[in-house]
Amino acid sequence: MTGNEIHDVPEYFAPDEQSIGLVVTQTWTPDLPPEGFPLEGGRRLPSITLAYETYGKLNEARDNAILIVHALSGDAHVAGIHSPTDRKAGWWDVMVGPGKSYDTDKYFVICSNILGGCKGSIGPSSINPETGEPYGLDFPMVTIGDMVRAQRLLVDYLGIERLLAITGGSMGGFQALEWAVRFPDRVASVHAIATAARLSTQAIAFDEVGRQAIMADPDWAGGNYYGKSTPKAGLAIARMIGHITYLSDEQMHAKFGRRLQDRETFSYDFKTDFQVESYLKYQGDAFVHRFDANSYLYISKAMDYFDLANGCGSLIEAFEGVQAEFLVVSFTSDWLFPTYQSKEMVRALQANGVPTTFLEIPSTYGHDSFLLPNERLANAVTDFLAHVQQHVRQGHPGRPVSGREVRA
Amino acid sequence: MRQGADHVTKRRLDYQLIESLIPPGSRVLDLGCGDGQLLKELAEHKGCWVRGIEINDQAVSECLRRGMPVYHGDMLEGMTFFRDSYFDVVILSQTLQQTANPPQVIHEMLRVGRSAIISFPNFGYWLTRLQLLFTGKMPRHSLLPYPWYSTPNVHLCTVTDFRELCAQEGLERGEEIFLSPPDRRISGFLANWRAGLAIFQVRRIEGPHG
Repeated sequence: MTGNEIHDVPEYFAPDEQSIGLVVTQTWTPDLPPEGFPLEGGRRLPSITLAYETYGKLNEARDNAILIVHALSGDAHVAGIHSPTDRKAGWWDVMVGPGKSYDTDKYFVICSNILGGCKGSIGPSSINPETGEPYGLDFPMVTIGDMVRAQRLLVDYLGIERLLAITGGSMGGFQALEWAVRFPDRVASVHAIATAARLSTQAIAFDEVGRQAIMADPDWAGGNYYGKSTPKAGLAIARMIGHITYLSDEQMHAKFGRRLQDRETFSYDFKTDFQVESYLKYQGDAFVHRFDANSYLYISKAMDYFDLANGCGSLIEAFEGVQAEFLVVSFTSDWLFPTYQSKEMVRALQANGVPTTFLEIPSTYGHDSFLLPNERLANAVTDFLAHVQQHVRQGHPGRPVSGREVRA
Repeated sequence: MRQGADHVTKRRLDYQLIESLIPPGSRVLDLGCGDGQLLKELAEHKGCWVRGIEINDQAVSECLRRGMPVYHGDMLEGMTFFRDSYFDVVILSQTLQQTANPPQVIHEMLRVGRSAIISFPNFGYWLTRLQLLFTGKMPRHSLLPYPWYSTPNVHLCTVTDFRELCAQEGLERGEEIFLSPPDRRISGFLANWRAGLAIFQVRRIEGPHG
């Protein structure tokens, strides 16, 4: 295997023959009340802008809309390509498109870049209207709840009263859960994939190492690096650490083993010896060209803060008002969002009588499994969605109203 | 895993008989629910509110196809998620003999459910007895299809054994239904000899303190 082969665009990122094709990212700036957009951290944003993409058509009943919520480094570009020369399709092209699980022939699919991001939505790299300069660290801290409230504005704007589904993996799952709890009557189903109701201690620890790497880079300059040299080294290290947590021991071994990169013998210096080193460096370097270091800090912090049970007493109480049906999926080799965390969620959902299907899919690809082609996941989503749509159209109650009153 | 896939078109008699024991509108949990066929029948024919637990991921995918909410995992673990007496009926169809600790499973069933329906292959069935007697080998037939070295059936019992267990564990027996293979309901007369499959309805004996 040569370096080029490793670093090529993987097959699953290339648009396939079933891809939706050319798509465009749109931006939207809502009319906000004079107080602007208040944030959970106590501060507020005078205005917000959201980047989003939509695919498919909203039907007349407006009951076929699906909101996809993305993970840490994702964006609004879920499927298709932006230009005919794009070699890379959107980040979930394997699941979203005509005839795919999130079938754009049947459903109206929406995805927006999260608040705090750097892909068209407002974030620390956006211009602060008060100074005319990029916000940098003057950008207020945003939470998963803030991201979701911003998405709700967009969903309102698009004229959708109740979403057929909200689906997300990893941090996208956080947002999906938050939606179901915060706006229970707006969500018919949640697909919580490779996620959890709170970030684990270990995951917080990895996030902190990533942030420290960024902030230790002299080019970070307290977050005021816009228009100057950006903290590439720090952000690349953060990405390398992150990337390790997305893979699995087994998969890394299978993919790279102890093979050397473009050499026959050890260098006996600190140049790149192993393929795995080369791969991580490539991932880190590629990332700095498409991601803002401050956004990484803000978003990873928002992940760390997320705990659905916060302010509710317990997770069981958090799910009390939920009206959606749930599909919870974990992957056997995912050690960043391990199965036990999905089970905690399922336990609390079951305790509330929420119709929940839990599926643990065998996979060796670690946390990244949810982004890769996976027939089990694809089928589970296809089947689940079909039944949810049927339930929505039949006015299915979903769960017992309260206690034992369900009995005839 | 229950062998449900072959029976999709034809309604299985044991399922029909289990269904007959369940009042309409009940809350039902099916342990080892396989492909979800029984759950679907209960939901559609009886308006039951159903949940399943299944350990085989392929079978879970089948449940998804049928739109049945199912928990993928171990049944004892899956049952801990539910409050006491959450269900009206908990079903364990032809799986008791595959559990590591049948009394524990039955008690947990009767914690989360007000009643349990348990079916199992009767090891006292005449064919089983005769096979062992005359061939001197572990019995193998349609109800016990596995060779001894790979059978999941680690705790086989007879109708009499099961009745004794109920007495010993303080469980009240309700309906008892017996089947002779391949698919015929028979009376309870000499059931421990004649029945290939037994279906028992059991409840906790409510003490003076509830």
